[in-house]
Formats: sequence, structure tokens, C-alpha cells
Amino acid sequence: MAGKPKLHYYDGRGRMESIRWLLAAAGVEFEEIFLQSPEDLDKLRNDGSLMFQQVPMVEIDGMKLVQTRAILNYIASKHNLYGKDIKERALIDMYVEGMADWNEMFIMLFVHPREEQDAQLALLKQKTTDRYLPAFEKVLKSHGQDYLVGNRLSRADIQLVELIYNLEEFDPSLTANFPLLKALKTRISNLPTVKKFLQPGSQRKPPEDMKSMEKTLKIFRM
Amino acid sequence: MAEKPKLHYPNGRGRMESVRWVLAAAGVEFDAREFLETKEQLQKLQEGNHLLFQQVPMVEIDGMKLVQTRSILHYIAAKHNLFGKDLKERTLIDMYVEGTLDLLEMIIMHPFLKPDDQQKEVVGMAQKAIIRYFPVFEKILRGHGQTFLVGNQLSLADIILLQTILALEEKIPNILASFPFLQEYTVKISNIPTIKRFLEPGSKKKPPPDDIYVRTVYNVFMP
Repeated sequence: MAGKPKLHYYDGRGRMESIRWLLAAAGVEFEEIFLQSPEDLDKLRNDGSLMFQQVPMVEIDGMKLVQTRAILNYIASKHNLYGKDIKERALIDMYVEGMADWNEMFIMLFVHPREEQDAQLALLKQKTTDRYLPAFEKVLKSHGQDYLVGNRLSRADIQLVELIYNLEEFDPSLTANFPLLKALKTRISNLPTVKKFLQPGSQRKPPEDMKSMEKTLKIFRM
Repeated sequence: MAEKPKLHYPNGRGRMESVRWVLAAAGVEFDAREFLETKEQLQKLQEGNHLLFQQVPMVEIDGMKLVQTRSILHYIAAKHNLFGKDLKERTLIDMYVEGTLDLLEMIIMHPFLKPDDQQKEVVGMAQKAIIRYFPVFEKILRGHGQTFLVGNQLSLADIILLQTILALEEKIPNILASFPFLQEYTVKISNIPTIKRFLEPGSKKKPPPDDIYVRTVYNVFMP
């Protein structure tokens, strides 16, 4: 029987959080091995465990997968969360790629120098309300279905709801004028696996801040 | 009868070049007659709701208006048997492509750096290629001794890697000096008929970015 996937990353959201969400939503139990020092990262590199010397890395099904997208694509395919055919897959890809661009702004927020952070946060909010939320609200409006693609749950729904939660941590008012997205958020949050993940004590990580990011950057010698 | 895919982008490499490579390698003719040259043309696409996130690249293909480079690449690869024979091969291809795209990103951004930073960045690219990325692919090729990276057939991974190697060689001609397997690989993949044609003058392959291209990009995309 296959062992649980093992996630190698620091104890924080970063680029691994989408993977945690997707595994959790798919009902897959996983273990985590946290990098706590530059030496921990060195060891993984010297072991030859990291194809491009980078994390995230997920040990799964006999593979040591790296590159966030490759990992997400694998999990989604394996657990039937990637659409039923090539065209549905293309739609899902478009949506999650937009989300990746959007998420990049969250991930990098506290990596920017302190004096730039206000401007970056303003840019994030502007892109959120002008570009991303309207695009996804429009998708839901166009077909009136409960899920973004193919009238069934896919990674696109899970990843979008993850971002909505992150967003609302900054500013709950941003989603005020997007009723269909709010309904999607409720719907996805009520899925038993997601509900469990949203409860305290789960492997979901808390929001990052300046202090946690300073600690994290030390691990990567940045 | 299926129409030719239609590409929407400025007349230069940028993020669309990988798409041109993959279409060409797959032997798919495409329509790229109208290049974006002005802000007004971009606004027209945006206001007409043709761009899901108000951005290009956009490719009209099989009744869809696909945006986001990776979605476009994946769709073409899946459609034309360039994505492996099963999930495990697909996943290997994904990993290799994603690593290579990180390197290619440095090349894409290079023309838009301040002139003072550009030379330093060429050194940075060379280092990343030689220390982080090329050794991985050299080892893979040496390990299985096959012509292609994955599954003994041409895949998206080979196309994107060749694109990246050739783009780097334009800036750093001897960049493959320490990588004999990659040298041989470059020759072999370049000689595949569809790719060979793409590498010949008169094809849809775009020249290296120049000042005109950089100016066009600023005109079209800067607010």
C-alpha cells in the first residue's frame, strides 16, 4: 500500500499551501517535514532529492516531485479533479494559471522591501477587484452552474476558494460585490474534506507576516 | 474544416515564442498576420472580452480563446501527442518544462532590464543554466541514452529545452561546452523535419528582441 505523501517545505504557506489545500480537499492524508534551517535545505540538496535544488518537493507514489505546478497537476489528475477531457482541462488550466499569477502577489508580499509593501498591497487589492474576482464571477454567471468547469468539482474551485479565504484575511470587503463567488466559497467550504481542513488543528498554515517571512528567508539564505 | 489557430501578440518573441515553437514542431500551421502594435489594439481585445485576464498571449484555437502561456502549451501538447503516454510520463514532462521555463523567464525579461543590469544578468543566466539546469538534463540523457528526454518520443519538454538552449547560445555561444550529451541532443532535435523547417529563414520563428520590439512592448502594455 502506498505510504502517505511527504511534503518538504518550511512551516508556512508559501508555494506549498495550494498543494496542502488540494491534497486535503481530495481527502488525502499527508505528512510534513519542515525545513527549519539553511542546513536542512543543504541536506536535501546534497541528498539529490531536489531536481532543481528547490522546494516545494513532494514524495508521492515513488517519485520526488518538484515544481509546484507539476505537483498540483499530478494530484489533480490522480484524484479526478482536472476535468473530463482536453477542453475542460484547458479551461481549468486557464483559470488556475490566472490564480497562480494572483497568488504570486500574496506569496511575494512580505518578500518585498518594507518600504514597497504598502504599494504592493494596494496593487494586489486593485488587481483583485479589477481583474481576478470579476473574471471568475463572470465564468460562474455565464453558465449558472455550481462549479467553475464541467458542472462538477475540480481543482479550479478548490484553488479559487483558497485564494478567496486568503484575500478575506486582508480585507473581507473585497468580495462584497461578488455574490456567485461568495456562494462558491460557501459550497466548497461545506465539503466534508474542506470543512475538516478549515478547522483549527488541521495542516492549514496561518497567514504569513513580516516576522515569519524574515525567519523563512533565513532558511533560504536570502 | 478546422481553422488555423490565430495568435495575438506583438511581433516578437516574448511569451508567445514557446507557443510558436510547439505549434511548428507539431506541424500545425498558424495565423499570426495581425501583430499587436498599439495600445488601442490591446484595448480593443480587452473591451471585446476576448482576454479572460485582459492579457496576451491569446490563441484562438478550436473554438476557444485560450490565454495563459502554460494552458496554451498544454492544450497543444495534449492534442498533438507531445505530453507522454501516461500520467507518470506527463508528470516528468511537467517537471522538466517547469524547470526550463524558470530559466527561459530570465531570457524573456532580459531586454526589459536597465542597460546596466543586462550584462550582469547574462552572467546570472549562464550560471543558472550551467549549475542548476543543464546538469539535470545531461544526466537524464546520459542515464537512458535515448534521443528524447521522456518516453523515447518527442515531447513538450524537448521543444522548450531546445528553444531555451538556442536562445542562450545566442548570448553565450559556448554555453554547452561542458555538456556533450546536450550538444548531441541539440543537433538531433534541431534536425527533426518540422523543427528544422522552423529554424530556417522565412519561418514564423522570431528574431532576438531588439530596441524596436522593446519600444513596441512599452507602447502596447504600459498604462
